Amino acid sequence: MTGTIEKISGALIVAKGLEGVFLNETLEVGNESIPGEVIRIQEDHCFVQAFEETAGLRVGDPVRRRKQLLCAQLGPGLLGSIFDGILRPLDKLAGQQGHFLRRGAFLDPLDCSKRWHFRPSVTAGQEVGPGDVLGTVAEKAHIQHRIMVPCGARKSVVESIREGDFTVEEPVAYMEDGTPVIMRASWPVKLPFPHGGKLDATDLFITGQRVLDFLFPLAAGGSAMIPGGFGTGKTVLEQSIAKFSLADIVVYVGCGERGNEMTDLLCEFADLPDPRTGGRLLDRTVLIANTSNMPVAAREASIFCGCTIAEYYRQMGYHVALMADSTSRWAEALREISGRLEELPGEEGFPTYLSSRIAQFYERSGMVRCLGSGGRTGSLTIIGAVSPSGGDFSEPVTQETLKAAGVFWGLEPSLAQRRHFPSINWQSSYSQYLGALQPWLNEKLGPSWEEHRLWAVAILQRDGELQEIVQLVGFDALQENEKLVLETAALIKENFLQQSAMDERDAYCPPEKQLLMIRMLRCFHDKAGEKIASGMNFREVLAMHERQDCMRLGTRTPEEIISMLPETGET
Amino acid sequence: MNLAALEYDHLQAINGPLIFLKGGEKLPAMSMVQIEDKDGGIRMGQVLEVSSSHAVIQVLSHTAGLSLSGTRVRLESDVVTVDVSREMIGRIFNGIGRTIDGKQIVVAEARLPVTGNPINPVSRDKPDEFIETGISAIDCFNTLVRGQKLPVFSEAGLPAADLVISLLNHARIDEYRKFLVIFAALGITRREMNKYMKVLSDEGRQLIAFINLAEDPPIERLLTPRFALTTAEYFAFRLGYHVLVILSDMTSYCSALREVGAAREEVLGRRGYPGYMYTDLSTIYERAGRIKGLPGSITQLPVLTLPEGDITHPVPDLTGYITEGQIVLEHRLHRKGIYPPVDVLPSLSRLMNNGIGSGKTREDHRQLANQLYACYAKGVDVRRLVTIVGEDAISEQDRIYLRFAELFERELLHQGRGRRSISETLDTGWRLLRMFPSDQLTRINREMISRYYSAILEDGRPSPLER
Repeated sequence: MTGTIEKISGALIVAKGLEGVFLNETLEVGNESIPGEVIRIQEDHCFVQAFEETAGLRVGDPVRRRKQLLCAQLGPGLLGSIFDGILRPLDKLAGQQGHFLRRGAFLDPLDCSKRWHFRPSVTAGQEVGPGDVLGTVAEKAHIQHRIMVPCGARKSVVESIREGDFTVEEPVAYMEDGTPVIMRASWPVKLPFPHGGKLDATDLFITGQRVLDFLFPLAAGGSAMIPGGFGTGKTVLEQSIAKFSLADIVVYVGCGERGNEMTDLLCEFADLPDPRTGGRLLDRTVLIANTSNMPVAAREASIFCGCTIAEYYRQMGYHVALMADSTSRWAEALREISGRLEELPGEEGFPTYLSSRIAQFYERSGMVRCLGSGGRTGSLTIIGAVSPSGGDFSEPVTQETLKAAGVFWGLEPSLAQRRHFPSINWQSSYSQYLGALQPWLNEKLGPSWEEHRLWAVAILQRDGELQEIVQLVGFDALQENEKLVLETAALIKENFLQQSAMDERDAYCPPEKQLLMIRMLRCFHDKAGEKIASGMNFREVLAMHERQDCMRLGTRTPEEIISMLPETGET
Repeated sequence: MNLAALEYDHLQAINGPLIFLKGGEKLPAMSMVQIEDKDGGIRMGQVLEVSSSHAVIQVLSHTAGLSLSGTRVRLESDVVTVDVSREMIGRIFNGIGRTIDGKQIVVAEARLPVTGNPINPVSRDKPDEFIETGISAIDCFNTLVRGQKLPVFSEAGLPAADLVISLLNHARIDEYRKFLVIFAALGITRREMNKYMKVLSDEGRQLIAFINLAEDPPIERLLTPRFALTTAEYFAFRLGYHVLVILSDMTSYCSALREVGAAREEVLGRRGYPGYMYTDLSTIYERAGRIKGLPGSITQLPVLTLPEGDITHPVPDLTGYITEGQIVLEHRLHRKGIYPPVDVLPSLSRLMNNGIGSGKTREDHRQLANQLYACYAKGVDVRRLVTIVGEDAISEQDRIYLRFAELFERELLHQGRGRRSISETLDTGWRLLRMFPSDQLTRINREMISRYYSAILEDGRPSPLER
């Protein structure tokens, strides 16, 4: 089925003569078969966004239908790889094209020649339904890839199944009716991957970042946003979370960001060990790179491709984290295409459907019961960075994301300028999961967690009020116990809220250590409070050894902190 | 195919830099065309949009004098290309790559499309080679590495050009023969250009210049950085040069982008700049870098003029999201006579950590820079406080910070036209820190304190406080 190009305007192409074409169908455009997607149909004309540069195309060039939506190819071999926005493997492209990315056609993300060792977990004669696990493949040394009955299949009896080495195309099993089952699966990226029902998100998503876990916790299966102007440390924070969070699988979508950052991530993850499995960090990671100078339309697709891969691993029963840096670039891609379509613009030129698109994306997160038997659960946690223009949070992307995400980790330029990292603003940030997480926190970390948290929040709030007074009358005009609040708050900021991504010991801080650290700080505050009540002046408080003990707490081991804490009976 | 056969003469409209051509459907998207007016004068143009009924062409020059009748449009090449060659060294070109120095035409070794292709992220190499610029404010706090893109955020009246020139004069380059400066003038004045050219072209420094002055057609400006960067890629990645590309001034470039956007009646984004400006800028800035297995590199120093010093203005804002840091110049320091007037607080080099430390600069660099920065930030806070409550109301401790900030600017930031090696810079930093007792230096670990702080105490030179 071939049509022809009628008009070319930037990334937008108008084609005619494509009979039966459907919305969001993928096409091959021009003599080089560059990938495109139908985004509007009007009588005989269809509007196509091209996933590649359109320079050199001519009116009259052929356009061919592929008769399918933009699909992600899923199967073993995704982990540890880096793809572009429409899931073309970048290392394979480098092999074919050299150091620079040239225009190309669709490319399979999976290696069709590689053989994987398949181990069945059901036997012939067993009845299986959609989502049931047929067997496993050791995709990486520590990660089992579960091969599942395709979502669209009917309940049926396994006719034959065997252990052995297969490519992703070869049948590993046959059903009663003769249908072969292969390891490759495929799913249209813009539709949510099926699951067996959403569950409440009640477990802490452990990031190992104190200010996040302790003050504004995120639930596994929840969603969070990190808005911040340039230089506020968005990317470093996203990368720290990708490195240290206790997720089984991490999908990192670099969407419209710097090329050097993706390279950095790739090199670093290849070297770093995964603290939980002993494998490499890269082994649990899928990287999707659509850097800022790569084609814009593919930027729009990259987020959905990442989502689909993440959901696929969630369906296996894994806890998956998806990082998207940055969703603003994705929204700008929507705006650019919308502008070319001459749609009626909404606020700041963004399309009016921006709000629903953002909501659709964040709603793909969730703790779910996996489709199929066996009672598996999995989660997908989404953390999206937002790059508001001019650092102004009132712009549409930030505002629409606020409605969709459950946690708001706002980055503050004045903190970043002071090199206070992560530069999370503790006054404006919030988490909507605090209530839902309570039972889990109580059980795993003890009831004192919440009590200490409230104490720290109160100190920081009082500090905010007192700072305003200091601005007016000066520090010396404060009472001694007010000075103490400022001092404790300063210690909390310097030694607890700040965390060095460069320091080996400080970069990741487990919740248990977070609790010890806050106890240490509180211990100073209480002791000093008593001393002040009995007449000690503030200058002497500064010389207390408890204050010295609070310095550089993050770089100490939990054992060291325990040895410094007085016996309180609390464990 | 015979390209010369493609000729059209039915113009429908002329609107600012754009002409609308009836027919023209055979022209490839984004191709380069020749526009011949009725007197035989030739202008260049680029096809922006093409459909079965008409084509939209952006004229890369002024459109005054063009008429609907008698104007002919011919296809020149499928894509805009630049002829590159080793002979380009020492030559001066206009904004669209034609020689303007009156010497003979350069013989091409290769003809490359100016849009260039993105570097595959898999092929990129991590930029980690320290460049000693000889300027304390940069070397100590905002270290430049090879393959980085580090813009200078300036304002009208600030010496951005002088800073770039100081940097060129002082930067220590190991392989001088393989070092090349490519200068792209984007809408700057002749006076400013002369200032650059005087320095750039002396002492046998290898230079290629692409000049689009304020008086030249702004539309050409959209191609000038691309000519410069395509040439840079040829020298860096085919011939192994370390290329430093100076783009001055990117604010004028963006104005040209806005002008074309408005002429095309596009939906405009913030402050009238087109919504795709981020993408467009990235196709310039992202062409800096290093490639695995190749010896060369491209380092970019774009210069931006911030209107009213507003860092949230779309041009610096979008630039900051793409580049790897920024050097911010500031009026207050400039008025105080501090040169270079770099405000280190909002300045940043994102690749700094890759390029410093033992073996590259010195083991104490990171911690020392953090400490100096923290103390200076505190000092600036106190300075602000003093303007409200007066100097009498602040504590003894705060007074030291206040004094520190003053000395920091005078002793460390200010260096005049001279050069400072990295160890001189770092030692100056340590000397300033003597104002504080060692237990207040919380950003520096004990090992470094005992190795450097004590050594400075013993070197016999007076502490800054005593002078």
